[in-house]
Amino acid sequence: MSAATVQTTHDEAHGHEVPYATQIRSNRLGLWLFLFSELFLFGALFTSRFVLWGNTRPDLSQEVGLLATGVLLLSSYFMYRSETGAAYGDQKRFLRSALIAALMGLLFFIMVVVMEWNVFGLSGSLFGIELFGHLKPSDGVYGGVFYAMTGMHALHVLSGIVLILIIWWNGRRGVFTPERHWGVEATAIYWHYVDVVWIFFYPALYLMGQPA
Amino acid sequence: MLRTLKILLTSALTKGLVGQFVAWALGYGFIAGLRALRGMPTPWLYEPAVAFGAIVSFIGFLLAAGVLTDWLKWVVGKRTPLRHGTPEGKPEWSRYVNVDYNHKVIGIQYGISAILVLLVGGIFAIIFRIELAQPGMQWLTNDQFNTLFSAHGIVMIASILLGVGAMVNYLVPLMIGASDMAFPRLNAFSYWVSLPAVVLILAGMAVGGWDTGWVGYSTLSLRAPLGVVLFLLGFWINGFSSIASSINMLVTATTMRAKGMTLFRMPIVVWGAAAASIIQLTATQTVGVALTMTVAERVLGLNFFDPNGGGNPILYQHLFWFYSHPVVYVFVLPGLSIISELLPVYARKPLFGYRWVALSSFGIALVGFLVWAHHMFTSGMADVLRMPFMFSTMLVAVPTGVKFFSWVATIWEGKLPKNPPTPLLFVLGAISVFLIGGVTGPILGTIPTDLHLHDSYWIVGHFHATMFGGYIFPFFAALYYWYPKVSGHMYKERLGKIHFWLMLPAFWVMSIGQMSVGLLGMRRRVADYDPALGITTTQVLITLAALVIGWSVLIMVYNFISSARSQPVAETNPWRSRSPEWQIPSPVPEFNYDVPFEVVGEPYDYGLAGSVYTRNLAPAPSGD
Repeated sequence: MSAATVQTTHDEAHGHEVPYATQIRSNRLGLWLFLFSELFLFGALFTSRFVLWGNTRPDLSQEVGLLATGVLLLSSYFMYRSETGAAYGDQKRFLRSALIAALMGLLFFIMVVVMEWNVFGLSGSLFGIELFGHLKPSDGVYGGVFYAMTGMHALHVLSGIVLILIIWWNGRRGVFTPERHWGVEATAIYWHYVDVVWIFFYPALYLMGQPA
Repeated sequence: MLRTLKILLTSALTKGLVGQFVAWALGYGFIAGLRALRGMPTPWLYEPAVAFGAIVSFIGFLLAAGVLTDWLKWVVGKRTPLRHGTPEGKPEWSRYVNVDYNHKVIGIQYGISAILVLLVGGIFAIIFRIELAQPGMQWLTNDQFNTLFSAHGIVMIASILLGVGAMVNYLVPLMIGASDMAFPRLNAFSYWVSLPAVVLILAGMAVGGWDTGWVGYSTLSLRAPLGVVLFLLGFWINGFSSIASSINMLVTATTMRAKGMTLFRMPIVVWGAAAASIIQLTATQTVGVALTMTVAERVLGLNFFDPNGGGNPILYQHLFWFYSHPVVYVFVLPGLSIISELLPVYARKPLFGYRWVALSSFGIALVGFLVWAHHMFTSGMADVLRMPFMFSTMLVAVPTGVKFFSWVATIWEGKLPKNPPTPLLFVLGAISVFLIGGVTGPILGTIPTDLHLHDSYWIVGHFHATMFGGYIFPFFAALYYWYPKVSGHMYKERLGKIHFWLMLPAFWVMSIGQMSVGLLGMRRRVADYDPALGITTTQVLITLAALVIGWSVLIMVYNFISSARSQPVAETNPWRSRSPEWQIPSPVPEFNYDVPFEVVGEPYDYGLAGSVYTRNLAPAPSGD
């Protein structure tokens, strides 16, 4: 009889603990179900745009929009680097790339919410390009849909930035290992997802239809 | 007595309510402060401040109740083990007023809240039903009437969602042999977040009420009194509960099933709950968008629905019904599964067409997504949408018919007891009532007849029959059936039978009465009617029937409270069920199954010689 079998009086709670592998499987499925649910949130906004705007679109700053889109898409690359770093135990790459992704996310957020939104009463131009948008929230359905879509997306970007900062802060303290870094994985998937949503939102807002 | 008071006052429930109030005041003060900085006075009950406070208030509730504590600790990198069992030195009941992560505790919390909220919604109905007994206005103003019927709708929906949560949370892990749900903390969140939502809806009645009904159609909702904002936000916050609990349910059923439980050996209740969860997971988001847009249009001045700014009020209806039609299947699918679960137990023969019944839940859910615009035949939506939605609506009858024929075939030549126990009575009652609701539906789904019956009392009768047949009667059947499992005591059979024999005939009178006054010209959502319609006698009957239903539910509440104190301890398996939860002691131990089981046969093969459903797995030798 080995020593282990003597320990029959196992801790009851411990005995019923879900194995880590099962928990991770549940976590992954749960996250994807959540993202599937979010698809209907963004889908409803996307559909509303076509119902309310039809074949028209508001006059928006193409330069700011294109730049913001580029920054957000590029940030996904750094998020991917960061996750790979965490998976291979490359602490430096993990932390540095996460921070770059968060900063690029912040840049996107500023470009949309501070520059494109016309709520802070700012104005100015650089190289002849107008830096700040004209569309006000009260500008009929154009304002309504634009602010609803960018606002809902910006909220997700903002929460993504917070998540990245959380994994960055915890990563510095050595919470994640190559074997156990679900937090990093989940944040990366979420960040890519928010990115993909914008790939649909950007043309719907900036490119499709005749300028009204 | 003093100790009880102390536990209650320091419970998560009390802390949450205080937290909600404080957060509301802080949110209100924040907006008022911002305005003060810019030199603007803030009038009392200023709408943007009330709305912002309401949004902050539900976070305040959750923080103060301690629902978010573990997650906040995870953010700073701490690991938190799950708490198990009753906290030391506290009585067992204190678990139910505090944040607890056990799925059975949460299930019972859901159940008790569902019954309490059901009583509140029922009282609203009875108040305005008494007003409707006679033409002319007796004891309500028009505004009070509008607020009451609106609140009756949304409060009942909150109650039904709580009741569905009760059945899913308590039964699903037990039936699939899991020790808990996949995400216990998320499970607690789903329950607790629905409480501040109900508080907001009730608070909406106190600050002027609203007159939009539970549908909150634009543009009426843009001009309704302040209460509508709290109603919309309460509705919206309840969505968090739906989405979180549906994720939890789907993941639990996917990853935590017992050994040998393949998809087609899952109990029908799990199938029904999974189908309902898929609807909750997805459709809830679109009504969330509709509600957010309405609040944004009122409070922030964005334009979506008001045609004055180019908006489209029909858009609201599409977004709203894309959720609100499928959601009725969230209500009835768990209920219909309860019928399929209980019938074979009492008939002592296999469930007829198990696979078809299992898949019919998904069929209903799928078709349910394709029929929403049948609520809008008279709304002025695009004509081209009418015919497709009429046909898809008729299609619902196919998977629903599968369920009906399965029930009939299961009863056929079965050994139903001569003196049916209360759960069986409620199951049979449910079938009869759901049949009334079912056959009155196609008349509304057909465009020519709907043009006449739209917004009449016919719809009220049809809808109540589907809800009572699909949810209320099966829910009560489930309460009686699993009461010995939950409490360890048998309920009082006599009182249960009295409850049933009061409620069923009263419901028939009420529902058929509502349909008949509808045919004779009674509009819904109006406080008064013309005595020349000749429907006053029927209106009196409907009101009396409503009162009888109300009293009968109180009998059930009394039965459950008194049986837990006075009745003898119930035997382990009073219904001779094959389901695994009946093979273990009642009430169920903290971790459900001390010895895990393996599924080796079909779940509903009652009465077949030598058929086995589950077999205990020998505990694995530890260590080697």
